[in-house]
Amino acid sequence: MTSSLLTKERLLGMYRKMLLCRMFEDRVNSLFLQGRMPGTIHQAQGQEASAVGVCEALSPGDMLTSTHRPHEHAVARGIPVKALMAELFAKSTGCCHGKGGSMHMGDAELGMLPAIAIVGGGIPLATGYALSFKYLKKPNIAACFFGDGAVNEGIFHETVNMAAIWDLPVVFICENNKYGASTPIDSVMKVKTVSARASAYGIPGRTIDGNDVVSVYEAVSEAGERARSGQGPALLELETYRFAGHSRSDPGHYRSKQEVAEWKTKDPISRFETRYLAEGFLTREIIDRCRASVEQELNDAVEFAESSPSPLPEECLADVYAE
Amino acid sequence: MSMLNNVLAKPEVEGRKLSIVEALREALREEMRRDERVILIGEDIGIKGGFGGAFTVTLGLSDEFGSERVIDTPISEAGFTGIAVGAALGGLRPVADVQYADFLFLAMDQLANHAAKMRYMSGGKLRVPMVMRAPVGATTRGSQHAQSLESYFFHVPGLKIACPSNPYDAKGLLKTAIRMDDPVLFFEHKLLYGSKGSRKESGGLEVFGVVPEEEYLLPFGGAKVVRQGGDVTIVANLLMVHKAALAAKTLSAQGIEAEVIDVRTLVPFDWKTVFGSVERTGRLVIVHEDTLTGGWGAEVAARVADSCIGYLQGPIRRVTAPDTPVPFAPVMENFFVPSVERIVATVKELCQG
Repeated sequence: MTSSLLTKERLLGMYRKMLLCRMFEDRVNSLFLQGRMPGTIHQAQGQEASAVGVCEALSPGDMLTSTHRPHEHAVARGIPVKALMAELFAKSTGCCHGKGGSMHMGDAELGMLPAIAIVGGGIPLATGYALSFKYLKKPNIAACFFGDGAVNEGIFHETVNMAAIWDLPVVFICENNKYGASTPIDSVMKVKTVSARASAYGIPGRTIDGNDVVSVYEAVSEAGERARSGQGPALLELETYRFAGHSRSDPGHYRSKQEVAEWKTKDPISRFETRYLAEGFLTREIIDRCRASVEQELNDAVEFAESSPSPLPEECLADVYAE
Repeated sequence: MSMLNNVLAKPEVEGRKLSIVEALREALREEMRRDERVILIGEDIGIKGGFGGAFTVTLGLSDEFGSERVIDTPISEAGFTGIAVGAALGGLRPVADVQYADFLFLAMDQLANHAAKMRYMSGGKLRVPMVMRAPVGATTRGSQHAQSLESYFFHVPGLKIACPSNPYDAKGLLKTAIRMDDPVLFFEHKLLYGSKGSRKESGGLEVFGVVPEEEYLLPFGGAKVVRQGGDVTIVANLLMVHKAALAAKTLSAQGIEAEVIDVRTLVPFDWKTVFGSVERTGRLVIVHEDTLTGGWGAEVAARVADSCIGYLQGPIRRVTAPDTPVPFAPVMENFFVPSVERIVATVKELCQG
């Protein structure tokens, strides 16, 4: 049913984006381990279908909000990887001029607010953006990423309720990767699914295979169209898994090797390859070509970032106020 | 309290007099007429047959502008504050409203982590043009409907703060705040609202002031010398401006001429006016209803000590609430809130001691 909605060209584009997300994260990981970039990082390897499926369903004027794990969201949204890499390298050419870093990457002009690293903090911002879209009669929606950890924040309840009573054009997207840092979601939530909570707000809720990029795309498209046509928000739960630890310093001892291995068999990228190699339109040659071009794009980004100037120390003082 | 009434209201010019509530309402109405992007959002602000906000400031505005622009929310302070931040990022100019400033703690993350930092984190690309109105002041409601919270926000880079003491300033500053591209905390004192509304405050001041019919804006960062004097500088805000002015009158009868400065906005702060005054008088007393430790007066004392130490003829004194929650019993509350008598005694001790 699914492929009929998407042209092969579009599917290949989504595939390349998933590769770009994954290889961006892998490259960042190795640069970080080499000590070439400061700070900490929260990586999303394994969640590419979620990032790409969601962003593929958005229009240019739509607004995305993200979390402390924003790299793949930003890549999928189409923010140039040069600007993202430069931000991670704390350079003035970064998308936030070096003031954001890993946890705040984004560029509102390109449809993604600087990521919000307070758990649940982006939820009201996306909803407020949706209020402005509705008020200004723009045909846009806000899409709001948050993790399973965020659904137990009070701000989730307050905001989803308001979005619901006002029929705001926002899609709430919970990337349920099963753990809030080290805490398993089923130890902090009595209901079986996050999407079950939607009924408490009188909005549609669905749990989706978050490692299937086409399913994600279709679900977000459907919820997005509903929101665009004034019928209000929806809560989508994308079931996925992060292959990396919570942050760079986390070896992930709270997860069994078996569980990790099981999820690796559901790797969104290899699943895509297996499926479409079988269907015949994806070939090894295309895969190799995609990988090579992504590799080149990342090489260019790293070179750009490393050769970019650092901000002046005293630029710390600017941008506190607009006037 | 009645002695306090209209200490400041010897109008320099004749003209239409309004209460602060009326002045604020007029500012909202004018800005909403002028700019469609201005919306109001808060609890009980537009319900038909309702209050027009806890202190009637928005009364009648939903009749003119409808529920699309005067948005009544559930009791969800964090949620609607965050929505206001998002709406501001999205191009609107929301004026949010908490019924009591004490409830701002519920929305602290939204104000301190998001409103204040989105511009900075974006590398200067974003603007957050929103206003958060919040009534402060002890009014026999006990500890949780009474606090003066200016200092909490004074400490957060990225926020601006207004605290008007009279109708003229209230209107001019609110209009400026709404047009400003930065998030503004707008503190209003419950005892200064005026008693014309349906929800009159007992013990409130009849602070009516001349508010011109023609449009005006009042810039942030301009303190007002309410009374000139050469012996001591008294810096105050909100209700304390009125108490300081009355204290100055009493002191004058005893031969001490106090210069009273209404800070009007805490961020930006008009250091020049305060420093200039202290350099002339050589003495400084700071008066605020907020508690003592870490209050904004501490910052004023530090800056004056840093910049004007050579001019000071005595220690810098603060007349503030003590470091306790706000008590309920009127006798205790009167002890808690800085009084005219305490200001007079402090100044006398400083000048004569």
